[in-house]
Amino acid sequence: MKITINLEVNGDVHELFIEAHLSLLDVLRDKLGLTGTNRGCNQGDCGACTVIFNGKAVNSCLLLAADADGGEVITIEGLAKNGKLHPIQQTFVDEGAVQCGYCTPGMILQSYSFLEENPVPTEEQVKEAIEGNLCRCTGYKKIVDAILKAAEIIRNKP
Amino acid sequence: MSKNSFSYVGKKIPKIDALDKVTGTASYGHDIKLPGMLYCKIKRSSYPHAKILNIDTSKAEKLPGVRAVITGRDVKSMNIGFMQDHPILKTDKVRSYRDEIAAVAAISEDIAEEAINLIDVDYEPLPGVFDPIKAMEPDAPLIHEKAKGNLLKFKYKFQVGDIEKAFSESPHIVEGEYQTQFVTHCCLEPCFALASFDPKGNLTFYSTTQIPYLMQNHFSSVLGIPGEKIRIIQPVIGGAFGSKLDTYPYEYITIILAQKTSKPVRITFTREEEFQCSPTRQPSIITMKTACDENGKLTARKFSAILDNGAYTSWGATTPHIMLIGISSLYKVPNIFFEAQSVYTNNPYSGAFRGYGNPQATFANEQQMDELAEKIGIDPIEFRLINANEPNSITPQGFKITTCDLEKCITTAAKRIDFHKNKEPFEGVGIASMMHVGGGGRVYRSDGCGVIAKLDDFGRLTLITGASEIGSGSDTGIAIIAAETLGIPVDSITVINNDTDICPWDVGIHASRTTFIAGNATLKACNEIKDKLREIASKVLECDVNELIFKNGNISSKLEPSKSIAMGKVLRKVHFKSGGEVLTASAFYDPPNEMQSPEMIGNVSATYTFGTHAVRVKIDPETGKIKIKKFVAVHEVGRIINRLGLEGQVEGAIAQGLGFALSENVHLKEGKMINTSFLDYKLFMAKDIPEDVELHFIEVPDPEGPYGAKGIGEAGLIPTAAAVANAVKDALGIRFKELPITPEKVLTALKNKA
Repeated sequence: MKITINLEVNGDVHELFIEAHLSLLDVLRDKLGLTGTNRGCNQGDCGACTVIFNGKAVNSCLLLAADADGGEVITIEGLAKNGKLHPIQQTFVDEGAVQCGYCTPGMILQSYSFLEENPVPTEEQVKEAIEGNLCRCTGYKKIVDAILKAAEIIRNKP
Repeated sequence: MSKNSFSYVGKKIPKIDALDKVTGTASYGHDIKLPGMLYCKIKRSSYPHAKILNIDTSKAEKLPGVRAVITGRDVKSMNIGFMQDHPILKTDKVRSYRDEIAAVAAISEDIAEEAINLIDVDYEPLPGVFDPIKAMEPDAPLIHEKAKGNLLKFKYKFQVGDIEKAFSESPHIVEGEYQTQFVTHCCLEPCFALASFDPKGNLTFYSTTQIPYLMQNHFSSVLGIPGEKIRIIQPVIGGAFGSKLDTYPYEYITIILAQKTSKPVRITFTREEEFQCSPTRQPSIITMKTACDENGKLTARKFSAILDNGAYTSWGATTPHIMLIGISSLYKVPNIFFEAQSVYTNNPYSGAFRGYGNPQATFANEQQMDELAEKIGIDPIEFRLINANEPNSITPQGFKITTCDLEKCITTAAKRIDFHKNKEPFEGVGIASMMHVGGGGRVYRSDGCGVIAKLDDFGRLTLITGASEIGSGSDTGIAIIAAETLGIPVDSITVINNDTDICPWDVGIHASRTTFIAGNATLKACNEIKDKLREIASKVLECDVNELIFKNGNISSKLEPSKSIAMGKVLRKVHFKSGGEVLTASAFYDPPNEMQSPEMIGNVSATYTFGTHAVRVKIDPETGKIKIKKFVAVHEVGRIINRLGLEGQVEGAIAQGLGFALSENVHLKEGKMINTSFLDYKLFMAKDIPEDVELHFIEVPDPEGPYGAKGIGEAGLIPTAAAVANAVKDALGIRFKELPITPEKVLTALKNKA
């Protein structure tokens, strides 16, 4: 069965005619070609597929595209503005928080959402915030450092 | 050259592909779409051990959208693996739940999934065996009919000195049995393969392999495709950790389907399939006995391992080679006996996993050190220092230790963890050291790596190498070495490392070899270019070659700084004229190490790396949870090349080591993994990071390493579990000899102790 949905993704409006059982992750990757969001488990356990949906970080593999109809999505491709990296993207690069990179987009968007609501986080709060994002390469330490550094940069922005 | 005068070596340089990864432009295998691409799914066994009576694919073949269905009867009998005991598609029997019985190529994943559910297999279940000890009994079910019994044909044995005499003369002896569990790699990117033939019959195989060139060989010899018609292309790789060091049935299956359909065929594993079917770390049942004299000097070490080989043979069966490293050579021991036997069972088979047997062996070895120290009444730090290896020595296995600062590793770790400080109740400290190869490892006839360096008109250097990048930063490591050598910014360097058609040969990403070996090949190639540049620049600048310095992309005279020329301009002067030439250089570095003899003796690596982990734990007696209050890792690395990469590698390895020690476990129920999700397979998570983590790197430049560097990719998890077990013993007075040390086990042990 196919349905029509409307989605705004990274500022672009799309009307899509899709199979009803597809997840938002399926639509982003396979219909819109936005492959920056990665599929790690398809079960909502790893956070690699995290995107911002209507202002909140969600596991896009768990959200039916049908339920996302009319919503606004930000993926990793939409974070940098006019070629300028978001502070979190920059600190991930500078602090060495990226190794294989498969968890990185989800990790960055989760952090982005968290920092919007918690601009002055403690280290403990950061660790808790990324609890649902698995990384097998880094041991998380540099990821936490990058998020704290980004928080500082965002706070100090004129 | 003093480290303070380096421009790039040792500095915090961001990973050269980090920008791609933080913007989502990095292209992983799962992102690739080829025109007409078909999707493959595999029908796997419903039993751990059974005869296959019949396979009926008729309904699957008729499903609209299915383009091909294959079973073992469609492809001539093809076995893979170094023991050649592993059929790609099983025909008459299945020996594990992983077993591939049929495969489908269809126009969508959903249709492929539906098709495999339409394949009917009739089985005659056979009794299974899931314990290697039981599998050794004469009446155990026979896994491979052609074999006589379940013991693998080859057995590992190493001995030096007179072990029984040494034990009989030693006043202090400890003995024990230790067990390590099945754990799995959990790469965030599930397994992937994409096979595509062109009209001439050339195969392009997109793969996350760690062995692109050996893979060409494997495919050629098994499938009969000429090697020169096989091209391996690696997309960005989402983690490997050793899981991609062999070739596996799913890879051959996609190639066969691509041949049959004349279309590209792709497979991606689901996460559940990844857990069930990706090779595990080799589990081990270890019996050890260690002795020392009245002064605390080690006299004898006996090690015996029984290894659950699972149903088919992959690299897990060769882990004894590396288990032996620490047993023969960590600390000075004159009398050694080592043996290991692999046994077929109906469990999953194991592959290579970071550390490759060394974490398992060190778990036993370094606990025995503590046990012996306790027996003789010597402080565990002092005991290790008495027996510590020294530089410029040869171990009983023939390893030529050049640089070695194990003593400093031990004393630094002990100091930073406050080893002798008073502890609160249920608090303990533990320490464990490691030794591993640090300069490659000649496990194949070649341990070499090729690099081609090309400088262009604009001062951009391209490094073309077969040394793959799996996330560990080898790309950045060689770029830093090139940057330092030629005095050009790292941003001016491109690394191409992912195409067997273009890049020169490399044996593979394993054995912590890449910074050392690809680094040395890079150094060689860049020095050749540098010599050419010196010659040309000295003429252009009209000064002596010895006056020239290479800095910031320019070549200048150190006596007259105004005499300066940009790198790219030198190249234009060289080629943009009649009779010109371009500046390229190629190098193949194969380190001065040797293959081991059948007796397992030989200097397998060009250098060895040592390190010590120390951990302070606090245990909650109500919940059994072990909290890591402080973790100290001290590693001697020769020279830090890629500082961010090095720290990241060790931090990541520690997390894997702590998972191995405390929480990770593949739960098997009669050969089937039952915790096939991240919810149930307990990985180390962000909240598990110890409160305090300290990394210390000791730099004593290695004579053979590039800028003195040694390899470090695996070292960070080799002593981890042993250090934790020693700390838990210190806290509770209970020694855990079986991994993982879970809260349940702690509570049970506390209850039994009370």
